[in-house]
Formats: sequence, structure tokens, C-alpha cells
Amino acid sequence: MRSSLSARSTNVALLLSLIIFTLIPFFGIVATALQPRGKAPSGFSIPLHPALGNFAEAWSQASILPLIGSSTLIVLGVVPVALLLSALAGFGLAQPGLPGGSFLGLLFVAGLTIPAEALISPLYYQVQAMGLLDSRWAIILPLIALYMPFGVFWMRTHFLSIPEELSEAARVDGASTFRTFVSIQLPLARSAISALLILFFLWTWNQFLLAIVLVNDPLKRTVAGALGAFQGQYGTDIVLLCAGALLIIAPSLIVFFIFQRQFVGALLQGSSK
Amino acid sequence: MTAVTSPETSEAGAPGTRRPRARGRNRGLNWNALLWVLPALVAYAFFDLYPLTQTIRYSFYNWDGIGAATSAGFGNYVAVFTNPEQFASILHAFVLIFFFTVIPVGLGLVVAAIIRDQKAGPFATFTKTVLFLPQVLPLAAAGLIWTWIFSPNGMLNGFLRAVGLGSLAQDWLGGFHTALPAVGIIGSWVSLGFCTVLLLAGIGKIDGSLYEAVRLDGANRIQEFFAITLPGLRSEIIVASTVTTIAALSSFDVIYISTSGGPGYATTVPGLEIYRLTFVSQQVGSASALAVVLSILILAIVLPLQRLGKQS
Repeated sequence: MRSSLSARSTNVALLLSLIIFTLIPFFGIVATALQPRGKAPSGFSIPLHPALGNFAEAWSQASILPLIGSSTLIVLGVVPVALLLSALAGFGLAQPGLPGGSFLGLLFVAGLTIPAEALISPLYYQVQAMGLLDSRWAIILPLIALYMPFGVFWMRTHFLSIPEELSEAARVDGASTFRTFVSIQLPLARSAISALLILFFLWTWNQFLLAIVLVNDPLKRTVAGALGAFQGQYGTDIVLLCAGALLIIAPSLIVFFIFQRQFVGALLQGSSK
Repeated sequence: MTAVTSPETSEAGAPGTRRPRARGRNRGLNWNALLWVLPALVAYAFFDLYPLTQTIRYSFYNWDGIGAATSAGFGNYVAVFTNPEQFASILHAFVLIFFFTVIPVGLGLVVAAIIRDQKAGPFATFTKTVLFLPQVLPLAAAGLIWTWIFSPNGMLNGFLRAVGLGSLAQDWLGGFHTALPAVGIIGSWVSLGFCTVLLLAGIGKIDGSLYEAVRLDGANRIQEFFAITLPGLRSEIIVASTVTTIAALSSFDVIYISTSGGPGYATTVPGLEIYRLTFVSQQVGSASALAVVLSILILAIVLPLQRLGKQS
């Protein structure tokens, strides 16, 4: 009886209204971005003569390409190292007989609840003392550290789920721990690592607080951080602001649509840890 | 990068202590395993644990970030609860829990309970993808988009005028009474899809025969919801609440972009207040005390939630 036609159509109607609520802001900003420039748009009028030129204008004015390049550099600096350190430490923490293992485990877990805001002032002075303020390192180095609690915890959970007999068998064959790690454990950890990669990528690309505090030049920030300066620069020109914002979020949306299944999976899994 | 090679070179001692199926104590201490943890631990200690100790230290000083610091005792902590602006930021964070957590989890539950068994297929995949969009977007972008929607000439007012409710049109983010709820709605928008998908996934795992059993006992849909759905979704509800509550208490991006805490300090939150105190008014001590209070608040809410989750 649950699959009756009326029940089915209620479901679809319910989901459709949720979908519309989620998408309306996007429609709004697309419609605005296509308005002719110069006149202040109001409401949600559908542009009759879409001004596609706005995007070209925003592309050069908001220096979208350098911004994406900067974010990419930061992602390349953070994600591989953070993945490597997480995998190594997660493996180490899953080893039997690790001295102080439960204390170390707790120490990392404790970091899960510390908000970045609680660290931001000392981080500023620390990065300043290192002479790294206003460089991408100011975002890269602290971010790697901030990801450790989650990454280590995530990888440790994975390695604990692998039966110990596997490593034992390899060891009997004379393989070193390192050899076992590289040729047996890492291939088995592929899905855990790729989910972590997606999360680290998203968190880095969308990082805002560290970017606006530690780096003054918007062109050296993450894409999200650059949005912080965006409003001040183009605040009066709403059409250009919308076009620029769309261009700036486009790359993450494209990556999301290509890997949507992996993204949804990673975000769902990631939250329940 | 030496991290990769160091565990291998230190392997020498391990084989002698090997014994089959020996977890933990039988095998003796495995000091080599520490080397694997070391690189992560060093990074974590240097840019996470050390700054945390500094925040705690600063919180007992009056310091402008440049000159000499003077001892403040617990003065900065007293200020957190007596300074109207700082205290308001904490109250606002709790108001935001309603919008970031209660509304999305509540609505998500209703939707999940009505839909219950969603057929896998292209429509289900499409729904999931769309509902997840706000999760992928930078929060700053969500703030920017909604700022425009709420602006005097924005989409919301345009809609109100179009349906003849033009008298309700106003500057939503600029009004003292509307700004905080408006900012809250942005948070609801961000988490609603995530909570719904999470709860839908959970409800699909509940054994269908349980529903048939209570049906046979004559339960209506409301009773069914409280008897089967709610207990069955316990762990998903806890996960969704934990994630969104942390997001509410430590919110920063959306507020920084949409209102910067204004009008006045009507929408300021602890994160923004910490930023403002440190980098605008150079009161690093006060900012640090607020940071410590915020961290304790988050712990005080997350730990009991996690314990609830463990009991099931």
C-alpha cells in the first residue's frame, strides 16, 4: 500500500520542494549575473537578453584564473602531505604494543573538537615570527596540522579493521613492516584514503578563516578566502558580483558533479566518525 | 619527507619479538610503531597543541599583541560574561543552534519519515546530488548569495512585492530583529540537505517488518514515528546534531560575509568576536578568554552527545 500512486506522488512532491528550496538561490544568482550592467536589478526578473559578456568581464576583473591557480597550489601543498602523515600515524596507532598508544589516540581525538577560532590569534603570531605571513605557507603548514586529528583518527579506524593475520603472513615471509605497509596495507586502504582525499580537498579549497587572517593579498588566498575581499571590491556592482561569484564556485561544482558519488559517500562517512 | 624511510631503517628489532596472534601486552612494547606516529604528532603539536596552550596563556594577560603584557588574572573571563557584546555573541551562538541544528534535523526527520523507503534510481541519485550542493560550496559563497537574496532590492523582497506582500519587504540583514534569524536561515539552508540525506540513508536500514508489526497493532503514523522511526534513527540523529551544533557554535564565514556581526552587534558570534578583538581592537587577552570559553562550550555539548551515541 505504501507504493500506491498517491503515496509515491507525495514523496516526489516533497523531494521536489526540497530541491527547489536548495536551488532557488542558484537560479537567483544566475539570473542576476545575466542582467544588463548599469541598472540595479531587483526581484527575480528573468533576463530577456542574457548579457553573457558579464562573465567575460568578471573573469578578467576578478582575476579568476590566478585565484584558481592560488587555490590549486595550496591544495597541492596541503593534501598529499596531510594524507601521508595521516596514513603513517594511523598505521602506527593501529600497531599492537605501541607505547602510550591509548594516550596518543586520545590526544589526537581531543583535537577534533578544537575550533580553529581558538587557535587563530597564536597562529598569527607564530606564523609572523616564522616570517611566513602573507605567503601561501601561512595557510598550508597550519592546515596540515589542523587536519591531523581527523585524518589520523580516520586512518587508524581503517587499519584496525584490517585483520592482523595479513601483516603476520607477510612478516612470516620476511617482509619488513615498511614493505607490508606499502605493498599490502596501502592498496587495501585505497577507498579510505580517497574518501579522506575528497574531504581534505574540500576543506582546503573552502578554507576561509586562515586565509583572511594570515594572508592579505587575495591572490595568494584560497578561492573562499578571496570571496572575503570580493564584496568590498565589487560591492556596488551586483551584476558583476554575481557573475564573479558564479565563476569562482564553478570549479568546485564541476569537480563535485564529476565525482558526486564519491563526494556524497565521503561526506556521509566523514560526519559519522 | 624522511618520514617515509625512517620506519624501515628502524625495523631491525621487530622480528625477534614476533609471536602469532599477539595483540598488545604479550608482544611487549613496539617502540618502532612510535616512529610512524611521529611526523603527524610533530605537525599536530607545533601548529595545533602549542597554539592552544598559547591561547590559554594569553587569556590571563592584558596584551595588545605588540607591547608588554600585564597580568589580568581572571579579568578576561569575567569580561566574557559581563561585556554585553561578548556575552551577546555566546547567546547568538545558541540561537543559531536552533537554525543550524533543530530546524534541519527536525525537517529532515519529517521528510525521511514520510518518504521512508526511497527507491534507488536516477531520481534518488539526482535528489542526493542536489541536496548536497550547499555542503560543497564554500560557506563564504553561501553567505554572499544569501546576502544578495536578503538585500533591500533582492530576491526575497522582489517575491514579496510580486505576491502583494510588499509591505513586508525590508532590509532583512540590516534590521535589528530580522538579522539574526536571516543569518540563521542561511545555516538552515546549508545543513538541511545534508541532514535529510543522512536520515534517509538511516531510515532505509530500519527493518521493514517492524513497521508492519506496529501497523498490525493498530498504530497510526504518528505512533509509528515515535515507536520505530525515532529510536531507529538514534545514531544518525546524534551524528547530524553533533556536526551541525559544532558548525553553529563555531560559525564565522557566513556571518563575516553577510553582516560582519551587525547591525550594531546584533549578529555577532564568538568566532567573529575573537577575530575582531584580536585583529581590530588588539585585545588579545579578551579574545583568548572567549576562545577558551567557546572551546569548553563545544566540548560540554559534544561529549554528552557522543556518550548518548555510545549507549545504543
